[in-house]
Amino acid sequence: MSILSVKNVNKNFGGLKALNDVNLEVQEGTVHAIIGPNGAGKSTLLNCFIGRLIPDTGSVTFNGQSLLGIQPHEINQAGVSRVFQTPEIFEELSLIENVMIPAFATRDGAFTINAWHGVSDEGLLRDKASEMLADVGLAEKRHDIAGQLSRGDKRRLELAMCLVQDPRLLLLDEPTAGMARADTNNTIDLMKRIASRGMTMVVIEHDMHVVFSLAERISVLAQGTVIVEDQPENIKGNLKVQEAYLGGAHL
Amino acid sequence: MDAFFLQILNGLDKGGAYALIALGLTIIFGTLGVVNFAHGALFMMGAFCAVTVKALLGLESVREDPTQMTAWGTPVEIREPYVETWFGDFGTFLLDFSVPVSILVALPIMLFIGIAMERGLIRYFYKRPHAEQILVTFGLAIVLQEIVKSIFGANPIPQPAPDVARGMIDFGVSIGFDAGNVVYPAWRLIYFLFSLAVIGAVFAFLQFTTFGMVVRAGMADRETVGLLGIDIDRRFTIVFGIAAVVAGLAGAMYTPILSPDYHMGMDFLVLSFVVVVVGGMGSLGGAVAAGFLLGVLQSFASMNEVKAILPGIDQIIIYLIAVVILLVRPRGLMGRKGVMEH
Amino acid sequence: MKQLFSLERKDVILLVCFTAAVFAGPILMKPLGAGYPDLLQKFAIFGIFALGFNILFGLTGYLSFGHAAFLGVGSYTAVWTFKLLSMNPVPAIIFATVIGGLFSAVIGFISLRRTGIYFSILTLAFAQMSYNLAYSVLTPITNGETGLQLNQADPRVLDIAFGRDYGAVLPSSDLFGIDMTGWPGFYFCATMLIICFFIALRIFRSPFGMMLRAIKSNQNRMMYTGFNTRPYALAAFVISGMYAGLAGGLMAVTDPLAGAERMQWTASGEVVLMTILGGAGTLLGPVIGAGAIKYFENIFSAYNDGILQEAFSFLPEGLQHVFVSVSSLFVGEGWHLTLGALFMLIVIFLPGGLMEGIRRIQVLISNRFGSGGGGADAKSNPAPAE
Repeated sequence: MSILSVKNVNKNFGGLKALNDVNLEVQEGTVHAIIGPNGAGKSTLLNCFIGRLIPDTGSVTFNGQSLLGIQPHEINQAGVSRVFQTPEIFEELSLIENVMIPAFATRDGAFTINAWHGVSDEGLLRDKASEMLADVGLAEKRHDIAGQLSRGDKRRLELAMCLVQDPRLLLLDEPTAGMARADTNNTIDLMKRIASRGMTMVVIEHDMHVVFSLAERISVLAQGTVIVEDQPENIKGNLKVQEAYLGGAHL
Repeated sequence: MDAFFLQILNGLDKGGAYALIALGLTIIFGTLGVVNFAHGALFMMGAFCAVTVKALLGLESVREDPTQMTAWGTPVEIREPYVETWFGDFGTFLLDFSVPVSILVALPIMLFIGIAMERGLIRYFYKRPHAEQILVTFGLAIVLQEIVKSIFGANPIPQPAPDVARGMIDFGVSIGFDAGNVVYPAWRLIYFLFSLAVIGAVFAFLQFTTFGMVVRAGMADRETVGLLGIDIDRRFTIVFGIAAVVAGLAGAMYTPILSPDYHMGMDFLVLSFVVVVVGGMGSLGGAVAAGFLLGVLQSFASMNEVKAILPGIDQIIIYLIAVVILLVRPRGLMGRKGVMEH
Repeated sequence: MKQLFSLERKDVILLVCFTAAVFAGPILMKPLGAGYPDLLQKFAIFGIFALGFNILFGLTGYLSFGHAAFLGVGSYTAVWTFKLLSMNPVPAIIFATVIGGLFSAVIGFISLRRTGIYFSILTLAFAQMSYNLAYSVLTPITNGETGLQLNQADPRVLDIAFGRDYGAVLPSSDLFGIDMTGWPGFYFCATMLIICFFIALRIFRSPFGMMLRAIKSNQNRMMYTGFNTRPYALAAFVISGMYAGLAGGLMAVTDPLAGAERMQWTASGEVVLMTILGGAGTLLGPVIGAGAIKYFENIFSAYNDGILQEAFSFLPEGLQHVFVSVSSLFVGEGWHLTLGALFMLIVIFLPGGLMEGIRRIQVLISNRFGSGGGGADAKSNPAPAE
């Protein structure tokens, strides 16, 4: 069943056509990668999913509900979480707080004044957050201040913040960019584990190694259009794709 | 119609002062990224440059004239300013023109103060959060105004305009109104023209010099300019100095219109900040336009006819407009995207 | 009910110590020359004001330059309550808090549509409008420059109904017969301060407080995490407005007079300074900051040349003269100079405020004297911002 459906999306920036009649169907429970050369419109497309940008025309529906023109927090409450290219975390707070906050959002909704009992009474939530931190390998740092983490750790933290929400759709914008090889492999393993639990993911990625070890379905974006959508093994040999990359990546 | 026209004129001198302060604030904010709450204090210090110049020029020699006696039988004291003793008629001229003359003095002094302020304090705050910039410059403003207060006292010190500019100009005649309808104090008109000249000079400087080009580039994209390997630091210092000079000159020339006291800076600062925000943080044209616009609107609001309909509107018009503009146009009249959004 | 007061152990200790320190204020402050009721009342009142301001600025990071307006509104409300209803302070402070809250809800609703410096300017604009209007058009309500005062002919409906007649004297506020000037006034304010501190403590430790701190840290992430941030910020704004209203009400309780100068933006700047000086975002900091500023204001502004000459009398005459004339700049009328300089020094060298200073000293001591265990402990627990 298709959980995210993008139909005829167009987006112009001034004279520049960033997205040109994009169509995309993401099946529930799959890992769907969006690849393409620089400037192909991948991040623009992702931004249209979370309310950062509104397409000029076309529709984006998630689970039957249109995502256009609604607030970012409403999109998240509908079940879409996102990992950003540069980690967006709460730098001044501890790791455990960083993960508890999204858990509160999922449990209590977009706005609740919960001023009369302590965070310390939230044992269940804390345990869940700790579990998530352990899952991404940050268990022993959970009382550290997030701002002191390394870049790779910050990404993992952000991933934990999204996972704790148990989203129906997880959007990842280059989750391994700037990571060392070992870190990248750890992240791939982690994401495979998450995928095996049946979570739907949309991944934008440069690193073909990551894409081909994770994705079950790949859409290739070039100059704002989806030129091919297929299974990984078919993408590898596709001439159109190689042309789009002009040998820029080793497929 | 002439009443309408007179109100526009009335607002222009105040608008000029707002525009000059706001211009400096915007340049500093745009290039250095610093919110300078001490900018009103610079305006005030410029005004006190004029006070000082007048006081120095007015130093008198006292001599007793034994040939003349007062009613109490003591010799008549003849006081004569030194400048008159030394320079004769030119000295009298200097005394009369103390306010315009003070510009020449204020210029280097304000440049020095500006540079000292930037080197001594502001540069350490480039990377600090805006809240801390606001707070430290707010503290500096208090310190500066208290120092001025301890030297010059708390009372306003009137500064006369030169004799020739003290009268009224029947401005209306020259543009086709009947005589006596649009009569306007000459100095205010001079102030307006002066502010236009300074604004013009600043814009020309930014537009036509290499230095100005770099500054404008810095306002558009600070990081990139920094990456180009241009010595940004030295330029920042000079930019701050220029902004201080602009504020100082605005203050010195304003003294015949409003007798300076130590807290005039704060009064103008609050309004100028509103002007900057209305114009759009980071937009020079916006600052100038909003300065004049708010000055004129303020003078309209203080018309009796308007006050009769909306009592108290003259007290709040500027703030009210700021609120409306910020809500309708979040980035001010001419603000750019991405400035001060976080 | 159990929920209502459940606190962690260290917080119970904190609350008990705070309560003890506040009630022992008259004794503790005596050696410092501040053991008299008028000053201690001010400590408590401005402590409340700063405590509330801190919930907005310290937690959410929104820098309001207009909080004095709510203080002023609180004062006017309280005096009107005295005039119309009763000289009892309880209805006065209830109305002051409620009206302060309503007023801040309106201003907050509009101002919070913007962030950063735009927010600061909007709050400043609203406060200046209130101030200017209080001086001009609203004179029937505010009594303009003279300030709102009690009048013998005031109706005082409730007092009359309960048969209290103040006769020919101008009444002062009293709590069922206890006069609210002097020491009883202080203990009344002190009780309010402790209640306010307790509420602030609950907010700091609650999920709500955590959300507010998260908004300060990264508003963007909050939105993409599924939070509607504006109502959170508005709630913080209204709570701090209510604190300010209460503080204004208490000012009127201890001295039944309300003037517009309380609403001026310099007054807003003062509460910012108190919060920063003590340490924005810390629980105790703002109260300490408020106390410190009111204390030094009182001490410094009372100094004059005579006292200074005495203080420096051990010096040779020439030096004495120099010292006296330099230091006289900073005291008496020149107290604001000290205030400004203090402001700068704190922001430059100790942006975390006095609480940060105390923490640094603690770390220093535990590193120097504590055996390995203590030092390591301090490091592994980098105080989660409290």
